[in-house]
Amino acid sequence: MTVFFLVSSVIKIVAVFTAIMTGVALLTLAERRICAWMQDRLGPNRVGPQGLLQPAADGLKNLIKEETLPAQADKALFLLAPAIAFIPALLTFAVIPFAAPLPTPWGDVDMVVANLPVGFLYILALGSLGVYGIVLAGWSSNNKYSLLGGLRAGAQMISYEIAMGMSTVAVLLLAGNVTLTDIVARQSTSLITWNVFPLGLAFFIFIVAAFAETNRLPFDLPEAEAELIAGYHTEYSAMKFSMFYIAEYANMVTASALMTTLFFGGWDIPFTTWDNTPPWTILKTLATLAVFSLKVLGFLFVYIWVRWTLPRFRYDQLMALGWKVMLPLALVYLVVLATAIWVLHDRLGWSYDQRFALALFGLNLLLAVPLFFVLDRGRIVAGSVAEERV
Amino acid sequence: MAIGIKVVRRPGAQVSYLRATLRGMALTFSHLWRPKVTMQYPEEKSSKDWTISPRWRGTHRMLTDAQGRAKCVACGLCPQICPANCIKLVPGEDEDGNRYPLIYEIDEFRCIFCGYCQEVCPEEAIHVGVHYENSEYARDRFVYDLERLSAQTHPVSTLWDPSDPKGE
Repeated sequence: MTVFFLVSSVIKIVAVFTAIMTGVALLTLAERRICAWMQDRLGPNRVGPQGLLQPAADGLKNLIKEETLPAQADKALFLLAPAIAFIPALLTFAVIPFAAPLPTPWGDVDMVVANLPVGFLYILALGSLGVYGIVLAGWSSNNKYSLLGGLRAGAQMISYEIAMGMSTVAVLLLAGNVTLTDIVARQSTSLITWNVFPLGLAFFIFIVAAFAETNRLPFDLPEAEAELIAGYHTEYSAMKFSMFYIAEYANMVTASALMTTLFFGGWDIPFTTWDNTPPWTILKTLATLAVFSLKVLGFLFVYIWVRWTLPRFRYDQLMALGWKVMLPLALVYLVVLATAIWVLHDRLGWSYDQRFALALFGLNLLLAVPLFFVLDRGRIVAGSVAEERV
Repeated sequence: MAIGIKVVRRPGAQVSYLRATLRGMALTFSHLWRPKVTMQYPEEKSSKDWTISPRWRGTHRMLTDAQGRAKCVACGLCPQICPANCIKLVPGEDEDGNRYPLIYEIDEFRCIFCGYCQEVCPEEAIHVGVHYENSEYARDRFVYDLERLSAQTHPVSTLWDPSDPKGE
């Protein structure tokens, strides 16, 4: 615990915080513009060049708007809820490694805010905390629709958290470690060792669960405008409403960064090992940071893309998908994968390299074909009742 | 099941989710690159797909004769027919016996832009205009007097012609 460590940590915290908040602001603009393009419109392009200052205008508007407080609301919780929704989204990012170590005259600096040995468990622990903000917001508003939205958020989070956890256990099986920097290092030998190839189905489960966890369409039942007005944030106005918005986008950024780290090699540049072997240089740090950002931006685009394509699930479909499809799928997959890893690693004595990854990739393809065939036969969006007996 | 709800058995292609999702995403992605339909209003007021109709009935315009005087002869037909009662006309007469409007005011807030004043005018003096940008900073600026009505330069509405219902 040296002065150098403290100073570098503070600088990293400030930098990451600033980057995320700026990213979130621009993401709200990106969402609106991309959705506009998908609908053959132009979107907000008036404030600043290409509308780049629109988030600033929105922020200013939200700051000077009237704050409303429902008369029957639970005041303390009502005021606390936006912050509770917002903080875990930012905290989760602390353990995500976003670039190769940066060399300084006083020693190398890991490009991760906190290189926790239990980084992975920290993510699982904090990842689901965000739902407290939503549930409390729904509860404290003293509004039946808000409450329903909050309850839905809670139920949805529980249902998908399990599948998400299970799918990430597969990553741990392969990495044999819960430190995120090690997980990144394990993936960085070549392109095929990126976890998305040996653990393709785990990635599929993870991305579906991540959409559900961040309450994005097609899983945005907590805010379902049509049924629940706006769900948990009906009663919120001005900056408190804005906080929920920021929290949602911060969650998206974190989930995208997680997918990048766990399945897409983190900050690894594919097809070369130049970036992940010492000696570290500033150029390497910048290049890996750029690649990491690119991957995260790619996932954020997928988030937006899916949102403006798919309609919302019905509630029973959401639950059925979570409990009847995702959870058993994750469990079975885990068993199969553990067996495969045991055979390859312990029986055949292979070490983790391209051959190992390729074998697992083949296994995933083999599993994926029947799985997608079955899933595509009306199992996801089926009717809610059993067939009438004739 | 207490109430017999019939669930229709559908063929796989109709209940597919994954294929439908992928197809939908391909569609939305292709739309990203298509030409946009937005008309950027203040800079761009008409496009090849859309121009304001020549029958548009907007704020009024009083036509003038060669000497620059309003063509109005203060016959009183337009305030008579006006369903919103928004035209104020006080007739006057000069030494030659020509009638002219002493006061001619149209309250554009009351006006419902039916165009009857233009239809009824025997002198083709008052017209509704093909014009829609009318913002002002004060309410009283919306009572247009004769001078202001005569000063308008926008095109006048052709209205709907019963003998040529499709505007050909």
